[in-house]
Amino acid sequence: MSFFFAALKRDLLLVFRHRNDIINPLAFFLMVAVLFPLGISPDPEFLSEVAPGVIWVAALLACLLSVDGIFRGDYEDGSLEQMLVSPESLLVLVLAKVLSHWLVSGFCLAVISPLVAMMFFLPEQGYPALIMSLILGTPTLSLMGAIGAGLTVGLRKGGVLISLLVLPLYIPVLIFGAGTVHAGSMGLPIQGYLALLGAILIFSLMLAPFAIAATLKISVRSR
Amino acid sequence: MLAVKNLFCERDERVLFANFSLQINAAEVVQIIGQNGSGKTTLLRILCGLSDAYTGEIYWQGTDLDEVREEYYQAMLYVGHLAGVKGSLTAEENLRWMMQLDHSLNKCSIAEALKQVGLFGFEDVPCHSLSAGQQRRVGLARLYLSSAPLWILDEPFTALDKKGVKEKEALIARHTQEGGAVILTTHHDLTIPGQTIRPIDLDQVAVA
Repeated sequence: MSFFFAALKRDLLLVFRHRNDIINPLAFFLMVAVLFPLGISPDPEFLSEVAPGVIWVAALLACLLSVDGIFRGDYEDGSLEQMLVSPESLLVLVLAKVLSHWLVSGFCLAVISPLVAMMFFLPEQGYPALIMSLILGTPTLSLMGAIGAGLTVGLRKGGVLISLLVLPLYIPVLIFGAGTVHAGSMGLPIQGYLALLGAILIFSLMLAPFAIAATLKISVRSR
Repeated sequence: MLAVKNLFCERDERVLFANFSLQINAAEVVQIIGQNGSGKTTLLRILCGLSDAYTGEIYWQGTDLDEVREEYYQAMLYVGHLAGVKGSLTAEENLRWMMQLDHSLNKCSIAEALKQVGLFGFEDVPCHSLSAGQQRRVGLARLYLSSAPLWILDEPFTALDKKGVKEKEALIARHTQEGGAVILTTHHDLTIPGQTIRPIDLDQVAVA
């Protein structure tokens, strides 16, 4: 457990020293939100109709953009090799890395999402659904994204490949996430949607760390 | 300590070594020599379990490596040619993390280790503003901290000045006197005081 917190602290410290890593996904998220109404229509009725889908797609792409770098730095400077020859559990380490990625991507997106929701005239009763769906859905995005990141970390240009690998896995989260916000903004019950998002999260939390650890081993050992 | 039997390794359709056997005993220094591209780094990575591109058997203390991997990693220190030093962390933060990762780095305090590698007063400087040699020294500070019996060092002297190399040689001598073993690759003319070095020439091991 102390190793988990040590690893988390290190990763957060690294992010804090490279503040771009926090700002990039958030800036992307906000830019999509600002440009979308300019490009399509500023009509409040239309915007509130498309808000759940657009906000969720923007959040998903912001996560996807940042997930590529989750292991890259450690791979390139040899830290990842040291992690693999450590007697400490790679699973714990992987979980700490994914958690730190989520804290600077998904969690921050959930925090600023009400601002974007306001720009999209989302009905106020939809705000809790939006925040909760992002809090429950984006950790899954980080976990599944890390599988793709682990597989492509050894490639010079993994950017496109990671999208191809990971996007299909993101689709259920997108459908239920946007569905939650839709239902919430119309005043319908959202417990069912949240339960599904939670189930997907628990499922990926159980299996993804094994997959991520395996992909990292493959990437390093075939170097 | 570590034994390798019938190792076969092929890379890019070129056989690096075939039927290669090696036994590393306590208090011994083994220097892997060979031309660039002869497979020195590959061999060391195989010994660390960082490469799958081989067939053959590796034994740690007489047991198959796959069965005792965790013990092996506790007893082994690997310094690769990538130092594993984060540029945005300070020397002290880097070493603290390495100590979290590997509990056998407990021989002395971080401050002591940094003093030994000549980085006293640089503890709080982010490593990216240190010189290449100084960054190398941060990675090598692990040698002072380590109480692991087996050291696997890939080109440890790159970017080090003459005095630094001398100090590391003395450190390796101390390590072997305490019963430790060292496998390393280097293009330096290695002289370890009071210790004979067993060379393994990969150019002669390879079959054309």
